[in-house]
Amino acid sequence: MKTKGIVTGIVSNLVTVKVDGPVAENEICYIDLQGVKMMAEVIKVNGDSASVQVFESTRGLRGGDSVEFEGRMLEVTLGPGLLSSVYDGLQNNLATMTEVFLQRGEYTDPLDHGKKWDFQPIAHPGDTVVAADWLGEVKEGWLPHKIMVPFSFKGSFTIKSIVPAGEYTIDDCIAVLVNEDKEEVKVTMTQRWPVKVAVKGYREKPRPNRIMETGVRVIDTMNPIAEGGTGFIPGPFGCGKTVLQHAIAKQGDADVIVMAACGERANEVVEIFTEFPELIDPHTGRHLMERTTIICNTSNMPVAAREASVYTAMTICEYYRAMGLKCLLLADSTSRWAQALREMSNRMEELPGADAFPVDLSAIISNFYARAGMVVLNNGQTGAVTFIGTVSPAGGNLKEPVTESTKKAARCFYALEQNRADQKRYPAVGPLESYSKYLDYPEIRSFLEETVEKEWVEKVLTAKNLIRRGKEAAEQINILGDDGVPMSYHVNFWKSELVDFVILQQDAFDAIDALCPMERQRFMLDLVLSICEKDYDFEDFEKCREFFKNLINELRQMNYSAYESEQFWAYNETVKKMIA
Amino acid sequence: MNKAYQRVYTKLEGITKATVSLRAKGVSNDELAVVDGRLAQVVRTKGDMVTLQIFSGTEGIPTNAEVAFLGEPPTLKVSEQLSGRFFDAYGHPIDGGPEVEGEERQIGGPSVNPYKRRQPSQLIPTGIAGIDLNNTLVSGQKIPFFADPDQPYNQVMADVAIRADVDKIILGGMGLSNDDYLYFRGRFEAAGALDKIICFINTTENPPVERLLVPDMALTAAEYFAVDKNEKVLVLLTDMTLYADALSIVSNRMDQIPSKDSMPGSLYSDLAKIYEKAVQLPTEGSITIIAVTTLNDGDITHAIPDNTGYITEGQLFLRADSDTGKVIIDPFRSLSRLKQLVQGKKTREDHSQVMNASVRLYADAQNAKTKLENGFDLSDYDHRCLAYAKDYARELLAIDVNISIIEMLDTAWKLFAKYFSPAETGIKQALIDKYWVK
Repeated sequence: MKTKGIVTGIVSNLVTVKVDGPVAENEICYIDLQGVKMMAEVIKVNGDSASVQVFESTRGLRGGDSVEFEGRMLEVTLGPGLLSSVYDGLQNNLATMTEVFLQRGEYTDPLDHGKKWDFQPIAHPGDTVVAADWLGEVKEGWLPHKIMVPFSFKGSFTIKSIVPAGEYTIDDCIAVLVNEDKEEVKVTMTQRWPVKVAVKGYREKPRPNRIMETGVRVIDTMNPIAEGGTGFIPGPFGCGKTVLQHAIAKQGDADVIVMAACGERANEVVEIFTEFPELIDPHTGRHLMERTTIICNTSNMPVAAREASVYTAMTICEYYRAMGLKCLLLADSTSRWAQALREMSNRMEELPGADAFPVDLSAIISNFYARAGMVVLNNGQTGAVTFIGTVSPAGGNLKEPVTESTKKAARCFYALEQNRADQKRYPAVGPLESYSKYLDYPEIRSFLEETVEKEWVEKVLTAKNLIRRGKEAAEQINILGDDGVPMSYHVNFWKSELVDFVILQQDAFDAIDALCPMERQRFMLDLVLSICEKDYDFEDFEKCREFFKNLINELRQMNYSAYESEQFWAYNETVKKMIA
Repeated sequence: MNKAYQRVYTKLEGITKATVSLRAKGVSNDELAVVDGRLAQVVRTKGDMVTLQIFSGTEGIPTNAEVAFLGEPPTLKVSEQLSGRFFDAYGHPIDGGPEVEGEERQIGGPSVNPYKRRQPSQLIPTGIAGIDLNNTLVSGQKIPFFADPDQPYNQVMADVAIRADVDKIILGGMGLSNDDYLYFRGRFEAAGALDKIICFINTTENPPVERLLVPDMALTAAEYFAVDKNEKVLVLLTDMTLYADALSIVSNRMDQIPSKDSMPGSLYSDLAKIYEKAVQLPTEGSITIIAVTTLNDGDITHAIPDNTGYITEGQLFLRADSDTGKVIIDPFRSLSRLKQLVQGKKTREDHSQVMNASVRLYADAQNAKTKLENGFDLSDYDHRCLAYAKDYARELLAIDVNISIIEMLDTAWKLFAKYFSPAETGIKQALIDKYWVK
């Protein structure tokens, strides 16, 4: 028997409902607006009055309108066909909607029920299985998509029967399981899971022990992110957040990419729809769209669904992680999600924290970041969810609640700087403020030593130190004038410019420079450091500037040439001669 | 505004400067009401207590005022008859003409499904090189002018509107001074563009809260022409800072907790709802939005320009140039995020390289200027940069320039050859070979 209620109060999308039975926190209900059913979520209960946030515009809603509670939380549907789809924050398939304008109460099915998938069983009748164990697989694009015992199944089960290899739809029964009480349950290729609950069903969550390549030097070389790690990119508008995120999405070494466009510009999402189907994944040679799911809740779509969108995206990542895949979640921007929380808290007249954000903002953010991570599955295989969020700090000031809360939760910090962007030094990631805590992990250090080269981390720290010394020298030169400082100040300054121009800066729009594999990053850092190791002396600072400017130009040409091409070695030769 | 069924109440329980509250039953959210002859909208219901926002302010409203609910949110009647007309914030004619006949549509309607959008790809030429050359506009884009109140942003906007190759121009004026309103009207008349102009005007003489209706009115009309008629529509909104101020007045009167700069916490969503109406539809129809956000002494960290910058696809900065005495479009702080969709694709191949080189050389001139101010000696290159900067500002950056994009590119090449060697421009050799002025 479903709990029912009637609307008693409305402020924008916050509606209070008088209920006639039990309701749960985060339970989903539908409000009936003259036949249009609008989805809403319970966010507070007080006696028989529930406050619900409506995922649609509440225009025209009246006191006395009826509400029906569903007895479940906000869920996503999981199954083959999630990849290459474009969903809104509530996982409605935007591609199958017919109207140009989004219609209130129009909910479309996330998966195609008619499509047949080529199923191969993995488990056998008689096997004992628990939630998240693999029963079989289908090919989703080129990815092996595991069909699992639904995450919601409690206790252990015996497989009674499993269908033979063949073509099935997601609704066909592919296995019959028997639980400890000898009851039979049927399993299909699809299952549902509440988005705000982390998917468990793995053996353990060890510390990340390898890095995820992005092909972006300022990340991989200077501040690498671990597979299963977390990072965030704060920056004022116009500093290249979106370009950097798109670069990571295009080049990240992951099997599955989920992009959550959370409260951002619709035209940026259109760019992904338009370009990704044309672009090729550098790791597999397949179309990028085949490994990508887009969750799109742009800034003009309902605010409450913006909050849901990041959870929907995370749940989809966790689902693929349970198949032993490497997933990358990119959320742009988590500030918009925090603002959605603020709007709601404000309407509920809660006592505000800093900048009117809810007081539990920090806890909400760290809980969310904690869902990322590398896991060891029940069968011993590993899977990972790497999460990178962007933050849009108000006025570009990093001392604001969302940035500060995120800094506590995320392990990598990529600070985009206005003055670097103004000088067109892209990606505008500040070399001194940014950090990766993974460089301190012994596991990661030994991984880098083994896969890149010996003493790699020391080299990275040396490069950072060159930048720091260069900055100090630049400050002195600015105060004392070019002639007022010893030559070594100029040399130090230009060494840091060399690291900046050749390693830190990268042209995201150049076909070759955009993607720099780790091996090439190793070569370039070694080369740059071997140049910087030497001592130089010049007659005057003009000569020093000229020498380094020419050197930088040759090295940049190298970045623009195909790795180990004739041209590349020619530039390398020139550089060698210049420093000889 | 008489409807067959109207509920009428005569007892107000509370009055603030912008809102009244009363007990009423069966009231729907967002619906309009008339309070003591003034238009109002439902903004909150709690039990049978209803709060109404009075657009023209509550001065003189007594507690026994008559309140009649109209049963509908604000609407606009749309048809071809809108063309060439001037309306107030409620959509009533202020040009002495008859009321418009047409289909009645609710304003502030739903958003376009992002999946149904198309990537913007059509150039909007304005004749102003600071825009066309450096920050090219694309149909379906949304972009504001960030300007101090003393700068001539309304003139530039009128220039852009008149020169842009669009089917309809819709002006949403919020807190426009009566003089500026007459200026726009005069400019449109003089240009013979009246038949494609539609204006919704709230002047400083009108109550501030009325402004809240203006963008939705303008965009409802825009959607009619873009979606129903497949037309290219340009929407001008001036001044969005005054719109945001009106938002903060209402939220303040409703006892909402303010966030940064005493703006409502929902400012980002409120502004995004307006700007995201800019769209390139799968048909030929499009809505382009050019807005004005006035700044306090150039401060872009204030909540209004800051939130705007995160929503819009770039911004155009106006700046008074002391070297030439002209107002220029600042090439450093201005940005069009969509420019690469048309530069070199819809314009000549050398466009983006010429743009980058000319801005980079202008930046070198700024450095030379700093050196000069700090008392350091200038090199020959510095002197050439400074001379170039003066010509560049006068012949290309100034807002009074009106030439084609080809002429802009040729002018830039002419200046390069006058002051620099090909290598100093850093332009690709192939383009140098083809375009360098010998």
